[in-house]
Amino acid sequence: MHWWIELREGLRIAWDATRANKMRAGLTTLGIVIGIVTVTLMGTAIQGLKRGFNQSISALGSDVLYLERRDWFINSHEEWIRQNRRREITWDQVRGLQRQITSARAIAPTVNTARPVKYKNRSSSSVMVIGTTDQALYTGGTTVARGRFLTAGEAEGGRPVCVLGAQTATNLFRGESPVGARVHVGGYPFEVVGVLEPQGEFLGAFSLDNQVIVPIGQFTSLFTQRPDYSIQIKARDMDSLEDTREEARGIMRKLRRLAPGQDDDFAINQQDQFIKTFDKITGTIATVGMFITGLSLFVGGIGIMNIMFVSVAERTKEIGVRKAIGAKRRAILVQFLLEAAMICLLGGLLGLAIAAPGTLLLRKVMPATISLSIVGLALLVALLTGVLAGFLPAWRAARMNPVDALRNE
Amino acid sequence: MSLIRLSRVSRRYQMGTETIHALREVSIEVGRAEYVAIMGPSGSGKSTLMNLIGCLDTPSSGTYELNGTNVSDMDDNALAEVRNKEIGFVFQTFNLLPRANALHNVELPLVYAGIPSEERRQLALEALSNVGLADRVNHKPTEMSGGQRQRVAVARALVNRPSILLADEPTGNLDSKTGAEIMSLFEALADQGHTIIVVTHEEEIARHARRILRIRDGLIASDERVDSHALVD
Ligand SMILES: Nc1ncnc2c1ncn2[C@@H]1O[C@H](COP(=O)(O)OP(=O)(O)OP(=O)(O)O)[C@@H](O)[C@H]1O
Ligand SMILES: [Mg+2]
Repeated sequence: MHWWIELREGLRIAWDATRANKMRAGLTTLGIVIGIVTVTLMGTAIQGLKRGFNQSISALGSDVLYLERRDWFINSHEEWIRQNRRREITWDQVRGLQRQITSARAIAPTVNTARPVKYKNRSSSSVMVIGTTDQALYTGGTTVARGRFLTAGEAEGGRPVCVLGAQTATNLFRGESPVGARVHVGGYPFEVVGVLEPQGEFLGAFSLDNQVIVPIGQFTSLFTQRPDYSIQIKARDMDSLEDTREEARGIMRKLRRLAPGQDDDFAINQQDQFIKTFDKITGTIATVGMFITGLSLFVGGIGIMNIMFVSVAERTKEIGVRKAIGAKRRAILVQFLLEAAMICLLGGLLGLAIAAPGTLLLRKVMPATISLSIVGLALLVALLTGVLAGFLPAWRAARMNPVDALRNE
Repeated sequence: MSLIRLSRVSRRYQMGTETIHALREVSIEVGRAEYVAIMGPSGSGKSTLMNLIGCLDTPSSGTYELNGTNVSDMDDNALAEVRNKEIGFVFQTFNLLPRANALHNVELPLVYAGIPSEERRQLALEALSNVGLADRVNHKPTEMSGGQRQRVAVARALVNRPSILLADEPTGNLDSKTGAEIMSLFEALADQGHTIIVVTHEEEIARHARRILRIRDGLIASDERVDSHALVD
């Protein structure tokens, strides 16, 4: 009861004091404002990036291995050149792996290239053309919206059929039913047998829906002479992912005739690598953000401390009076801590008010929204800065000798 | 039992190598419902004595018993509590909080006593009407005359029903007419049984009291009783 009454008095004084020095409080709070704006935007950006990333990354499938010539993430230029010199993965190796692997649930070779796709007088200039087999339905994590996917017979056979990505379908057909229609892919006629469900964008870089899937046999005979295959291998479950990886690696080393002790001349990529790289990126953003936040809060905090020393000096007489009529140290301490916290909190609110339209800009590039937890965090940080910065001046006030304080003019 | 009992109380200030003896082994007793004036030339130690009696300061040596409790070596917080419960201060410069209205100023000691707001308001209003300011409760100090301000200060000093009312030159900043008003307010309070100690350098003011303590160079020079109020008239 007692502390609550003192707290209310403290809040009242803090509010009066802050209101009486609006300009001063406003200017002092600038550092805090900047700090809160950075912490809010950074938090929102990271959350937004994560959300966007998780949407994209799910297209890769967490239990799917991508056996390819090169690593997805290459750290040095030399390494890139080295990996670029590797032999292609050939059709024989694809067949060999398909035949020998036992621990995979599904395995699908893919090749791709960009080609224009035409329907009647409409055309899409650069569509991702993917040559694969019926198994891609299981490894790729896509679902068919209308019609059907490729069949096993079509996969390697000579029948020119294709499955359209959602966006390609809408671009070319505008409401007409695509299934059964004839489109031209890179100048060659294909019959549309199905349309995929929309999958969204991949890391904001390109649309996963602007694609057309054709049988791999058709692809190799029409679009490229020496294809460089990528092989998608879906494990039975997450737990056996490593076993599958080892099995695929062993088979591939044999197929590519690598001597024991020789390094792999191919890569087995997986979603995990994206996640690690992504965590590194968000980690960097967080570090830079924390640095800016920390620096501005530090500078802001020093400003607050300074202004609180001024406030204490100005109100020495008031402190004397309060002590004379019975205020204990704690009451004076709380009074000035509250004042500092209040100024910082106002700075925090101002920061949030500035950050809010900022997130609208962020939303243009990522699915960003200010979350309640970030607002809470921002205000907590502001409050903490106030309490820390206010402590020294408040402590000085609390310890004042009442006689000396009263004599002060 | 005396309300105030100072036994051989000294207060020394160290100024570099020099020691200033503001009070030298002063022994005084003041009983309940006494009305005492403290007089003396400037620098004689009046305020120092007041600060000790008011528990704003502690003696360098000697003991001070207030209400039978030794307060000579209490710590800061304990003294604050004693001041809150036992002492009411009236200052020469009023010392009201400028941003707070009369009511809030008077409520302040009750805030630090932990009294809930409704009761606080009631007691403060009562104290303000006792000093004749029932119609000024919402005025800020800047919106009041000097005499009114000092009456707010008196209300603030009395609102917690303290044992002693201490006033250091309460009329020092007032013209003689308003000063006289404040002194008659003190007189009425004394008649109601309040214990009052007033520091003043005006004979006129001192003669309102029933006992006059004169100090000089930190020593009690005389301690006389003013027998009859007839003297004043
Ligand atoms: N904080 C202090 N530090 C050093 N010396 C002090 C201090 N306070 C008071 N003194 C000295 O103690 C002596 C008594 O001072 P005090 O304020 O009690 O005088 P006073 O009787 O109230 O005088 P006045 O009528 O001018 O108010 C003076 O010599 C003063 O200089
Ligand atoms: Mg004095």
